[in-house]
Amino acid sequence: MLNAGGYRSDGRRQYELRTISIDLSPQGSGADGSASLTHGLTQVNVCVFGPREAKMRSQTYHDRANVNIEVAIAAFSASERRKRGRGDKRILELSQTLKSTFEPVIQTSLYPRSQIDIYIQVLQQDGGLLQACINATTLALANAGIPLYDFVCAVTGGVHSTSPLLDLTLLEENDLPNVTVAVMPRSGKVTVVSMETRLHVDRFEEIFRLAGEAAKAIHVEMKKSVRDRTEQLVASMQSVGRPPTGVDAGDEY
Amino acid sequence: MFEFTSFRQPADDYFVNNVEDVDMDVDDEDLFETDGMNLTWPGKSLTSAQEYMRGHGTYVDNEEVIASVSGLVERVNKLITVRAVRTRYNPEVGDLVVGRITEVQPRRWKVDGNSRQDAVLMLSSVNLPGGVQRRKVESDELQMRSFFEEGDLLVAEVQAFFGDGTMSLHTRSLSYGKLRNGQLVTVPPILIRRLKSHFISLPCGVDLILGLNGYIWVSKHIKENEREGEEAFDAEAVYSNRNDVIDDSTRLAISRVTNLINVLASRSIPLTDTVLLDAYDWSLEQEGDVKDLLQEDAGDALVATILAKG
Repeated sequence: MLNAGGYRSDGRRQYELRTISIDLSPQGSGADGSASLTHGLTQVNVCVFGPREAKMRSQTYHDRANVNIEVAIAAFSASERRKRGRGDKRILELSQTLKSTFEPVIQTSLYPRSQIDIYIQVLQQDGGLLQACINATTLALANAGIPLYDFVCAVTGGVHSTSPLLDLTLLEENDLPNVTVAVMPRSGKVTVVSMETRLHVDRFEEIFRLAGEAAKAIHVEMKKSVRDRTEQLVASMQSVGRPPTGVDAGDEY
Repeated sequence: MFEFTSFRQPADDYFVNNVEDVDMDVDDEDLFETDGMNLTWPGKSLTSAQEYMRGHGTYVDNEEVIASVSGLVERVNKLITVRAVRTRYNPEVGDLVVGRITEVQPRRWKVDGNSRQDAVLMLSSVNLPGGVQRRKVESDELQMRSFFEEGDLLVAEVQAFFGDGTMSLHTRSLSYGKLRNGQLVTVPPILIRRLKSHFISLPCGVDLILGLNGYIWVSKHIKENEREGEEAFDAEAVYSNRNDVIDDSTRLAISRVTNLINVLASRSIPLTDTVLLDAYDWSLEQEGDVKDLLQEDAGDALVATILAKG
């Protein structure tokens, strides 16, 4: 796991994160916002639709929007081919975790009786699935122009004997005790702590703190990509004729 | 006299210089000089809540105004708003929208208008056969599907809002009503700007209806004198589901305009009548088929031409 030189199996240092790449361009799905995110070899694709008319009347709330999250894991995403249906317990748990993460972050009260649909497609898995899903969903929501209180940035942390590791691969995740932490960077509030293995209580605090810091590093990347995309769109909007912030700008709302 | 911790230098100057200016509007030039300073993302702190009021796209936490969407900051006197760069349609009374019927309910239709909820078209806000102004009777209620049924496209105006923010539409004008003889194109609503008229006739025999909700109707040109007049309100024609005969050259022109709109929208170029006219003129000079307009390099060339005309 950690060799004599202090390197991990994929050649990273202890606290080193994997390469993050983010694509916020629309992917032809007609979604209101979409994001494609990779953490090393883990890749997820998120499409956000809405806020739109709720399809099921029983699922509407008179005072807020309903957030509906569906996760699909491609059969080819892991090294062993495995088909998971929509009713699979692990997938249901994952989408439930995501739903409870994002419901308080989205300003749902602005859209009563509406529905926000979030479709997550997992294309490759190499550890940090929850982390990738959370980060990609945040980006897709921001890209769809849905009001959020803050970004949610997640990262996994683990421990090898006594040395903490960040952003685990599948290999490390299978063998080491690990925890996924999601924070809202502006306020520093922790929104998710998810642990599927047992972790010694003495190690927990250190990993928890480290993951919080790593999430801030991820936030910088996410913020940059959203900013670049916004800048690009604003530039093309202003390229022709009258800029959108014209004299009658006030009556837009 | 004021202190702004959240804005960096150029923005500071902008705000401090203009604080005295009581009746000012948002001044484009100044905002652009700050180049990128007015871009936001969710969670970006904008300014102190004690001196400014929060508007759309912002919230207040810990005495600070914070952006909740990514977009451009706008300020009118003490009101700070953020306009999202991509969002669903925010309706306003008087807006022209194109929509699709999703449901027929008692005395009303539900219309998908690309907004956060389906719009409502009341039976009492459409023109019915046999006189423009007349009472709605039970027989009208029973034959609502003969006016509009599920899947029909229509052009309407936003009349009012209900308590929960749902928009109510009306088609009480001869230029509004059921759509036929054409094709629908969907673009992000922010690309449609408010124009003097949203009914555009291109010289190539194509009519355009630019719905402010991002739905655009591209159809065969109907001559002014063939339109149904106020006196001779012809319900047969207004609620007809049959297309007229459309010749090949018109079909080609419709697809050409559709493709041009798709290309411009994919590159986030705002759609106005002049832009569309320029684009159409440009496309006529190009060799190749209408479908070739969708190629990457054709799109690049088109956008370059449009931007050069500015």
